[in-house]
Amino acid sequence: MKGKSLLLQCHQLSVGYRHRSTATVLFEGLNLSLTAGEMICFMGPNGAGKSSILRTLAGLQQPLAGEVVLQGNLERARHIAVVLTERIAAPQLTVAEVITFGRYPYLGWNLRLTNHDQERIHDAIDRVHLRGLLHKRIYTLSDGQLQMVLIARALAQDTPIILLDEPTTHLDLNNRLEIMNLLRTLAHDSGKAVLLTTHDLDLALQTADKIWLAHPGRGIYSGWPEDLVLNGSFDEIFQMKGFDLKTGKVQHPAYRNIRVQLLGDGPAWWWTKNALERQGYSVSTENADISVTVTLEANLPKWKLHYSGNERQVSTIEDLMDIL
Amino acid sequence: MRENVTSPWVLLLFLMLLLFIANLATGSVSIPPAEILSILVTGSHDNPAWTEIVLNFRLTKALTCILAGSALALAGLQMQTLFRNPLAGPDVLGLSAGASLAVAILFMAPAATLGIAEHLPPLVVSVAATAGSLTVFLIMILVARRLPDPASLLIVGLMVGALAASVVSVLQYISKAEHLQVFVIWTMGSLGGLNWNELLILALALVVGSALAFSAIKPLNAWLLGERYALSLGINTRRTRLIAILSASVLTGAVTAFCGPIAFVGLAVPHLTRLLIRTHNHKALIPAVALGGAALMLFCDIVAQLPGSTYILPINALTALIGAPVVIWIILQNKSIRI
Repeated sequence: MKGKSLLLQCHQLSVGYRHRSTATVLFEGLNLSLTAGEMICFMGPNGAGKSSILRTLAGLQQPLAGEVVLQGNLERARHIAVVLTERIAAPQLTVAEVITFGRYPYLGWNLRLTNHDQERIHDAIDRVHLRGLLHKRIYTLSDGQLQMVLIARALAQDTPIILLDEPTTHLDLNNRLEIMNLLRTLAHDSGKAVLLTTHDLDLALQTADKIWLAHPGRGIYSGWPEDLVLNGSFDEIFQMKGFDLKTGKVQHPAYRNIRVQLLGDGPAWWWTKNALERQGYSVSTENADISVTVTLEANLPKWKLHYSGNERQVSTIEDLMDIL
Repeated sequence: MRENVTSPWVLLLFLMLLLFIANLATGSVSIPPAEILSILVTGSHDNPAWTEIVLNFRLTKALTCILAGSALALAGLQMQTLFRNPLAGPDVLGLSAGASLAVAILFMAPAATLGIAEHLPPLVVSVAATAGSLTVFLIMILVARRLPDPASLLIVGLMVGALAASVVSVLQYISKAEHLQVFVIWTMGSLGGLNWNELLILALALVVGSALAFSAIKPLNAWLLGERYALSLGINTRRTRLIAILSASVLTGAVTAFCGPIAFVGLAVPHLTRLLIRTHNHKALIPAVALGGAALMLFCDIVAQLPGSTYILPINALTALIGAPVVIWIILQNKSIRI
């Protein structure tokens, strides 16, 4: 193990709200830390208080007890950059204006940008590939583009820690993947500590270095994704309703009580199995009354179907299912 | 990111100077522009009446336009940023009404019945008006913390304004006719009739107000992202709010004290200026909005004099006449109105 540098630690942290004299405690006694070069996905049920913890770590919300300790003597704005879920108040701002805000912790009252500031801004723009959008107003952007702009703003702030609240929500799969890959690259290549809250279980399991699981009332489980899957932490918290985490698939009851033998290999075999199981068949490679063989002809899949002495050949899974 | 904001800026300055000269040249007595220029330069003329008119009436009025227009527009800009609400402005959120109430109490309350109403020192009137608008502003800030929804905030602003206005009506009903007249004329708004002393106080308020605004350009910009983002950038949001409140109250209070409640300038000018200068950087917006406010006020005053007639219309009627269609037009153009 190479030496890891701790960028943030919290000691006996209590997170929650104070309204007048009553305090609502969401979590207490938290001892969490962020390490350079790691991307952590923070997961948990809706309303568990993930955003509150994120804001408390960022110093935007006062802890009820305990403390958040930053390494070094930097002021907080030069240490932590955030991407929040709240709307940008002025939708007429241009992309360039929003990204420039990232340099504010380094600027004086008259906002004169040094060459170094300009470099950081342009570096952020290039890393997130926003060159073509610089002069667009943010209300004209798609959700995915806006998220990228906000990430670029956080990058321009040039901090060792970036905290993001649900950066992939409302985005399509491609955008989600792009953002996750970008964040992981930032953590691994630039040595930043990246913490993001997300509901994307599958993506988080495949990309995160570490996962924090918020369990309301019990605290936060922290560990490698694989360990948390195998020790049942995910099942305990999410109470999976028909999703088998250990195989990464949705479970289908074989309600038809019909066994099908499926022969062949490759993606075509895998997707045929998927379709059969979704329709309630029990699939195996052993002998059965119904037998399906997947073959490839000129790179296109064909299905041969044997049932009660008949033999049929079809070229789509839909046709296959119609016959069955 | 460098923004090219120089050319529209020069355009605004040029426009304001042009309107300043045009403003000096219009009035019920026609004086040739060349003569006006010579009076301004030398300070005297063969015709002493002309000298009197130009130096002690037209010049003070034109300067009042510039000071009042700039002050109101700057107050409007800061309020729109602070509330993140495109419809915020000194008149909309009840600040002018608060100032009116304070002045009404001063004019018509027992102190006034002793007969000192006409001799109230201008500084007293302006401090009272500032206190009135500050009080309403603080109420609105408290409400804004509980009501993040812009529409509800505006409704509360209208209600506070209505409340102040109804107290003013009660005061009017129970006060003596001669005091009432002073107050009613004041409410119509007037840019003329300020002496050099009063102009000095107005100028002082503008200097203080814009110095405060200038000291806060960085936090005001960051405020556009939202309060939490501003905090995350190391901005002291509480201090920013205080500075903007103080600045807007001093600016609104001083103008309202001397010129009466003038509507729409504070609301419309920031939008008009943003059409011309496409930036949100307060470093460029503050001077531009001040110039824009001055220009609009000079223009309204020229129209108010109805060239060729001896009537002078109340300025309040005109700012609304010009301001309201402008706001409607902006909304129709953009399908919405944004800060």
